Amino acid sequence: MAIEVRVPTILRNYTGGSKIVEGAGDSLSALIDDLDTKHKGIKGRLITPEGGLHRFVNIYVNDEDVRFLGALDAKLNDGDSITILPAVAGGALGFAAAAALLGR
Amino acid sequence: MCLATRGVAKYFGNVNAVLTIDSSIVRAIVAHARRDHPDEACGVVAGPIGSDVPARHIPMDNAARSMTFYEFDSMEHLRVWREMDDKDEEPVVIYHSHTATEAYPSRTDISFAGEPNAHYLLVSTREPDSEEIRSFRILDGVVTEEEVNIVDATVKS
Repeated sequence: MAIEVRVPTILRNYTGGSKIVEGAGDSLSALIDDLDTKHKGIKGRLITPEGGLHRFVNIYVNDEDVRFLGALDAKLNDGDSITILPAVAGGALGFAAAAALLGR
Repeated sequence: MCLATRGVAKYFGNVNAVLTIDSSIVRAIVAHARRDHPDEACGVVAGPIGSDVPARHIPMDNAARSMTFYEFDSMEHLRVWREMDDKDEEPVVIYHSHTATEAYPSRTDISFAGEPNAHYLLVSTREPDSEEIRSFRILDGVVTEEEVNIVDATVKS
């Protein structure tokens, strides 16, 4: 079962420079575990030590933000396309306040 | 409008620590920042991959609609990034405004900076009649300021 994963520039040091890699799994968390076996360390950039989706990344299943699909529990099917994008955010606000505001 | 150094278009193509950008794009960015003031404004300037030439201005919604925080709307973000992919473009410039503080990256800006190839352009609109415009590379938490070279397309040879 193959799922296409589009990797942003900032994470391509984990994929040997590849922009598109393949993975497998019936949920987003299973897919990320599978990716981590082939691209060691990538999981730590996507998932926090507490086990949640990292606030610095957006992950999409086809055209949907996974936060609306159950986040790490989002169900995946053969042929799905996953896009990872680094969140674009910032501003004058202090970091702790910004993180709280994002509520991620 | 207060602009940074003026240069001629022969310097187009940003090899070293300089952002070369067309004056019409800078004007559009400043107009966007003024329009959204006192909320922070944000957006992208796309350019052909590897060219380092900011060519297509894309104002983005600040989903946070805040005076001290900005965030791209996740669906607009996906749509714009796909569009760039289709056109063989990349985000050459990612800009946002600070509306009450200087045009220097905050700790939040540094923590979130996730496009290693982009120039992070900041516009401060705290003064009502002039803008501070500065550009930075942000890589692995390290901020490096660069020169902003504003050129006129009309003088491009």
